[in-house]
Amino acid sequence: MGKTFSEKILGLKAGKEVHAGEVVTVSPDYILSHDNSAAIFKEFKKLGIRNVKCPQKLVIILDHVVPASSEQYALNHKTIREFVAEQKIQNFFDISFGICHQVFSENGFALPGKLILGADSHTTSYGAFGAFAAGIGRSEVASLWATDEIWLRVPETVKIEIEGKLPSGVFAKDVILKIIGEEGADRANYRAVEFTGNAVKEFSLASRLVLANMAAEIGAKNGYFEPDEKILQWLKERAREKFEVITSDPDATFEAVLKYDISSLEPQVACPHTVDNVKPVSEVEGEEFHQAVIGTCTNGRFEDLEVAARVLKGKRIHPKVRVLVIPASRQEYLLALKKGILEILVGAGCMILNPGCGPCLGAHQGILAPGEVALSTANRNFRGRMGSREARIFLASPATVAASSIEGKITDPRKFL
Amino acid sequence: MKKGRVWKYGDNVNTDVIFPGKYTYSVLEPEEMARHALEDLDPDFAKKVRPGDIIIAGKNFGCGSSREQAATCLKYVGVQAVIARSFARIFFRNAINQGLPALQSEEAVDSIKDGEEVEIDFSLGEIKSKKGVYKFSPFPESVLGILEEGGLIPYTKKKLEKK
Repeated sequence: MGKTFSEKILGLKAGKEVHAGEVVTVSPDYILSHDNSAAIFKEFKKLGIRNVKCPQKLVIILDHVVPASSEQYALNHKTIREFVAEQKIQNFFDISFGICHQVFSENGFALPGKLILGADSHTTSYGAFGAFAAGIGRSEVASLWATDEIWLRVPETVKIEIEGKLPSGVFAKDVILKIIGEEGADRANYRAVEFTGNAVKEFSLASRLVLANMAAEIGAKNGYFEPDEKILQWLKERAREKFEVITSDPDATFEAVLKYDISSLEPQVACPHTVDNVKPVSEVEGEEFHQAVIGTCTNGRFEDLEVAARVLKGKRIHPKVRVLVIPASRQEYLLALKKGILEILVGAGCMILNPGCGPCLGAHQGILAPGEVALSTANRNFRGRMGSREARIFLASPATVAASSIEGKITDPRKFL
Repeated sequence: MKKGRVWKYGDNVNTDVIFPGKYTYSVLEPEEMARHALEDLDPDFAKKVRPGDIIIAGKNFGCGSSREQAATCLKYVGVQAVIARSFARIFFRNAINQGLPALQSEEAVDSIKDGEEVEIDFSLGEIKSKKGVYKFSPFPESVLGILEEGGLIPYTKKKLEKK
């Protein structure tokens, strides 16, 4: 009987044949952490050993509150820099590089057939490259630093087949929001997701990353895409080591196959206070908001900034809204700068912030006051996430956010594209 | 075995309402985390909860961020266990790794009401209320070992010492 990608990769790592439902002990290829590395280090020290077992596996990227917004955050970063020097961690990216998931990818750590674990729930992103990538907690990372071992349950796999052609003005973000709305926040809990179908084959890497990133929002352990020529080409200059493409067998057993045709999809919006509270834009048009965010690990890449600029070219944002644009990384920032994208956005009245997580998790750079409403390209809209628990957050594609910023209320972007 | 009063909540209680993101790098001590437990879901909870109390919720408890503080704050505010229809994957791991039992029992969630007093027997795998006894799914051995040591850090420490 055939095997799924998850069964194959975890079997390979465990050194035996495994099936969904079994628990295996494995060693990951890379262990990601970010600003939480200081807290992880604190746990690590309790273990009574001095050195990280495999320092070459650690990838530490500072992105959550960069640059430090208070003395406490500054001390947090300082602790991490000291730890990095002491343990001789080579793969350290200080505050100027960008959001961890983008920086991790750009630097060739996210590779087909690798097992990547990260102290961040959106570690699922690297499924876009054909990796098995899952989020874990702080204690587990501390324990991994010490032992290089962790138990994982081999997940069942839900296949999501996406067919059809994206209509104009509709994007990968709309596709994943539609899926999350239909399936609910726990549809793929404890399970792996595999995205397939003719539609996703046409998707750029950036668009696949949107789906893999938000697979976490239906509870998925990982969100896998079979790597194709497009991905292998992208990796040619970036991959930092050899890799092996691992794919599901044609006769593998999937727990379920969910089918979507996106040919007549309209732009989607996730409404407060859950990501699965999704409505077509036509049902929420006219909803006024105060702050727009174009950025985050979901939608802060060049492709996203470019479409926002297409919408905003020659226009002005509404005087009652403030628009924060946050490129996902320094590389994406530089590309947008060179191509004149940022000039258009600044000209329209947007503020460009430094690459990082920005206000997505409510720590700095655009906190919401009670009664305020945000429209964001991020991946979560939980109550209180961006500041006050009396604030409300809507999620949409960069095109929808840009178009809505012109009108000061939620707007269908298709009339601007 | 200790009696605990039940705090009952619905489906999809996410980590942002359990422990808001704005505190993730500014609130560092577990005792301080406890003061913010469930702050954006039920602002009264942290003030009124008593040691040994039990949270009962619907499906997908702890969905969202991987922040372990969501489990830590509940443990340190005195919550004895969380009972739910299901747990989000990372929260489940974090709860076990913090030594906080996360128990699955559809029956208990259906039958037990907010404010009731219940008792949990971990050795028998039973939740007892005045009206009935409800079974919860037993933990796999790998998980039980971690819970018995009070969390993953003490568990790993012991393992390393043995080596």
